[in-house]
Amino acid sequence: MEMNQLTIHELQKKIREGETTSLEITEALFKRIEAVEGKVNSYITLTKESALKEAEIADKEIEKGNIGELTGIPIAIKDLMCTKGVRTTCGSRILETFIPPYDSTVVKKLRGDGAVFPGKTNMDEFAMGSSTETSYFGITRNPWDLERIPGGSSGGSAAAVAADECIASLGSDTGGSIRQPAALCGIVGMKPTYGRVSRFGLIAFASSLDQIGPFTKDVEDCAIMMNAISGYDPNDSTSVPAEVPDYREFLSRGIDGWTVGIPKEYFIEGIDPEVSAAVEGVIKEVEKLGGQCREISIPHTEYCVTVYYIIAPSEASSNLARYDGVRYGFRSGEGRDLLDMYKMSRSDGFGAEVKRRIMIGTYALSSGYYDAYYKKASQVRALMKGEFERAFEACDVILTPVTPTPAFKVGEKLDDPLQMYLSDIFTLSANLAGIPGISVPCGFTESGLPIGVQFLAGPFDEGKLLQIAYAYEKNSKIEKRRPVL
Amino acid sequence: MEYEPVIGLEIHAQLLTDSKIFCGCSTKFGAAPNSNTCPVCLGMPGVLPVMNKSVVEFTMKMALATNCRINPVNRFARKNYFYPDLPKGYQISQYAYPLAEAGYVDVEVNGDKKRIGITRIHMEEDAGKLVHDERSPSSYVDLNRACVPLIEIVSEPDMRTAEEAAAYLRRLHEILVYLEICDGNMEEGSFRCDANVSLRPIGQAEFGTRAELKNMNSFRNVQRALEYEISRQQYVLESGGAVLQETRLWDDSEGVTHSMRGKEEAHDYRYFPDPDLVPIVISEEWIGEIAKTIPELPLEKRERFVREYDIPPYDAGVLTATRALADYYEETVKCSGMPKGASNWVMGDVLGHLKEDKLDITSSPVKPKDLGAMITLIEDDTISGTIAKEVFGEMWKTGNPPGKIIEEKGLTQISDSGALESTIDDVLKANPDQVGQYKSGKEKLFGYLVGQTMKATQGKANPKLVNEILKKKLSAL
Amino acid sequence: MKITKHEVEYVAHLARLQFDEEEKEKFTSQLNDILVYMDILNKVDTSGIEPTTHAIDLTNAFRDDIVKESVGTEVTLTNAPDKFGDCFRVPKVIE
Repeated sequence: MEMNQLTIHELQKKIREGETTSLEITEALFKRIEAVEGKVNSYITLTKESALKEAEIADKEIEKGNIGELTGIPIAIKDLMCTKGVRTTCGSRILETFIPPYDSTVVKKLRGDGAVFPGKTNMDEFAMGSSTETSYFGITRNPWDLERIPGGSSGGSAAAVAADECIASLGSDTGGSIRQPAALCGIVGMKPTYGRVSRFGLIAFASSLDQIGPFTKDVEDCAIMMNAISGYDPNDSTSVPAEVPDYREFLSRGIDGWTVGIPKEYFIEGIDPEVSAAVEGVIKEVEKLGGQCREISIPHTEYCVTVYYIIAPSEASSNLARYDGVRYGFRSGEGRDLLDMYKMSRSDGFGAEVKRRIMIGTYALSSGYYDAYYKKASQVRALMKGEFERAFEACDVILTPVTPTPAFKVGEKLDDPLQMYLSDIFTLSANLAGIPGISVPCGFTESGLPIGVQFLAGPFDEGKLLQIAYAYEKNSKIEKRRPVL
Repeated sequence: MEYEPVIGLEIHAQLLTDSKIFCGCSTKFGAAPNSNTCPVCLGMPGVLPVMNKSVVEFTMKMALATNCRINPVNRFARKNYFYPDLPKGYQISQYAYPLAEAGYVDVEVNGDKKRIGITRIHMEEDAGKLVHDERSPSSYVDLNRACVPLIEIVSEPDMRTAEEAAAYLRRLHEILVYLEICDGNMEEGSFRCDANVSLRPIGQAEFGTRAELKNMNSFRNVQRALEYEISRQQYVLESGGAVLQETRLWDDSEGVTHSMRGKEEAHDYRYFPDPDLVPIVISEEWIGEIAKTIPELPLEKRERFVREYDIPPYDAGVLTATRALADYYEETVKCSGMPKGASNWVMGDVLGHLKEDKLDITSSPVKPKDLGAMITLIEDDTISGTIAKEVFGEMWKTGNPPGKIIEEKGLTQISDSGALESTIDDVLKANPDQVGQYKSGKEKLFGYLVGQTMKATQGKANPKLVNEILKKKLSAL
Repeated sequence: MKITKHEVEYVAHLARLQFDEEEKEKFTSQLNDILVYMDILNKVDTSGIEPTTHAIDLTNAFRDDIVKESVGTEVTLTNAPDKFGDCFRVPKVIE
């Protein structure tokens, strides 16, 4: 096994025992990146030089005995979390040259823990997409099948972990952008409760839905990453001033006596039979582990795509107004007057999907339509949130598929926005309700594509998600495979 | 037809916090361009606003001082529009849930009291500043002011004359300054006013079409602009035309308002609740705590001064123009026990010298304690009024107490009748003609003889005593 | 039609975007499909429901009124596409 193929906890053990160094891990990682990046395109920006320096510093700390859980571990960052002095593009031409003068809170935390930063990962432009095809910096491919998409919008972060181009990574999830690519790339991905992880420095797509979370190779690593990034941040008014437990403590507790809700609205027609068979397998496994699976109902599920595709673009249309060519970012040189400058910079700087969503959002907020769209959607959101609250009074967790199908082909849905939006159907509601969700590998299709299962829990119950995910991971007989590249 | 103007004002006041509303940058005026800035107020990708608590409390003070209802739940909304001085492409403001609503202030115009309603008071962030270059096709953006806290105070359309509007504006200005939540500087833009004006036939209930006036940066200009606009609309209506709903800019040099027609576009601000900021919940306890910090307001103070110190309403008005001046006056009264004397000296010499030296009352070299002492010295005849003028001048120059100056300069009043009698004898001897004319009935010359005596004593003679002795001696002749 | 080409042009202007004729046609039809789909919301009775703006209920997140050091003019202007002196430069704004 190469060092870059191991998990955080495996590497930590080796580091502690003096079997390897951060420099060795980081060098192995860049060897891998150089070998496969041409095929996968996980990264927008690689920072090899500074990463090697960070690794050397980490090794010195390790020598002194200052070993934290992430000391010396290379972690890739989705290119919408600001990194001081390292360009942060959000996958967009409009930010092609933007170099933030500050670190996002999560990056600051990881830096404080001694992590190494190999680079910034590819993503759908402004996180708007489910396939990582809308990036200005080229598409990212699924390491399991290069003809297919890795999911999105955090496709680069997911592919980088699956292809062993980093040990773990951070992504952001606005409607499934962590959980969906995690499922399609066969790794673990968690979207924490809204407010659990600071959004300061996360370039906003839809502020009331965005949340940063980890991609890892296994559930234990997910707990380690959650320990590192969670917590209140006075720079984010929506971050919650609540104590954060040690998530590792939940791992081996088991789920004996738990009630696991199976919402009937998530097992719809059109769901791929191989996906549904894999998820059925998880239900059986959960029962073997002492969990009681019970059908429940979240009646407003059928509206979540609509609600989401009103609220998210509305917020986005406002969040993306700052890209005007005045203070930073792309400006069209041909603009004659101010209005021209605005329109040309924005029209040339943004890609088609971003413009489409700005248009939907601007329309939904505009005079005469606000009540019918934005307000109505926010009311239905309230109803959905209430349904989840009631569900978690009766269930410990909810179990659903992550995606209706395995990874689809590159280009398949790019020209049909509505079909693309419908592929997020199982992940959107967690963002609308603000609750945490985790995607865990649960098998492969016959053609070798990964399938994931999703667990959802009540607000701040990430511990429960790790608990059931870990129990499932340990006891399921899912075959360990690696993508061949 | 007789028309009646209907005027409403929208006032923006910059709050006197140390830091900006959503970030820790300084709010100081006059810094180098783009130096009071950080990623948050620059609207950089990824940043988030965090509310300055003092902004809420300052706004609560204004709400309480203007008899508003403070809403228990407040929210921020985004007002979306593009402009180079607006870094985020939206202004964080309050829309459906402002901090305060339904208040009023009382104003006085030509001796009549009038109540002007306040529709709402809300908090928002300021935009930056645009500088235009006459010689090049460019404008320049300075974002020091971006994110500086403002409150917007919207009045009811309750004013009927330009004078009333000016009185209302002055009242709000003086309350803001009294509360020490705004410096009130109109030139630097910390107190700005827009006006909505329309005309309607007298007796008609519906409002006419209104014009919005902007760019009036002094009290005088607000009144002039309104007067101009009222007569312009009257002319338009009387000549059979229609007033257009539009924004008009006041042109100070020409004394007219100009239409912005064509350059303005229909606004569609797409307000929606700002997801980055959480609601502000204001409890009764919190309101109570803030209420305790509200000082006596100018109108109440004015009425109390008239009542307590028995001074004319005009004097009370001058003396309460600022809280510091009123405090100065009251302190002087306390140290002298002479309300009338204190008001004469403060309104006369103190304000005169301040104006001359372009000083603020708080930096007056003469402290109330010393002014009070000086007034006491006049009252007990230690010095005369004339000498007092000289003493005050010295006090202003040196900052020394009056006792010290009087002693050093030997300015004590001569109240020794023996010494005065011989001086007066000399005066009478030296002016035989005038004495003769006085005796033959030209009584006006008495004053002349008093003057000569004062001159002979370098003004140090006690005038009352001079009068007495002179009268006695003249009648004995 | 839920949305006309004319409305697409108006919305594009509000958002400071511009499209050529072909793009306008395409956007009009795509937005129309999306808006038609969104009609299903009309089936939901939301009378009296308070809209949810924040998924997690928090109130009164404040900072104290304390001045922090600013980043300085140089850093402020580092990413500027066009600057002059200490200011960002933009095409002339006509007032």
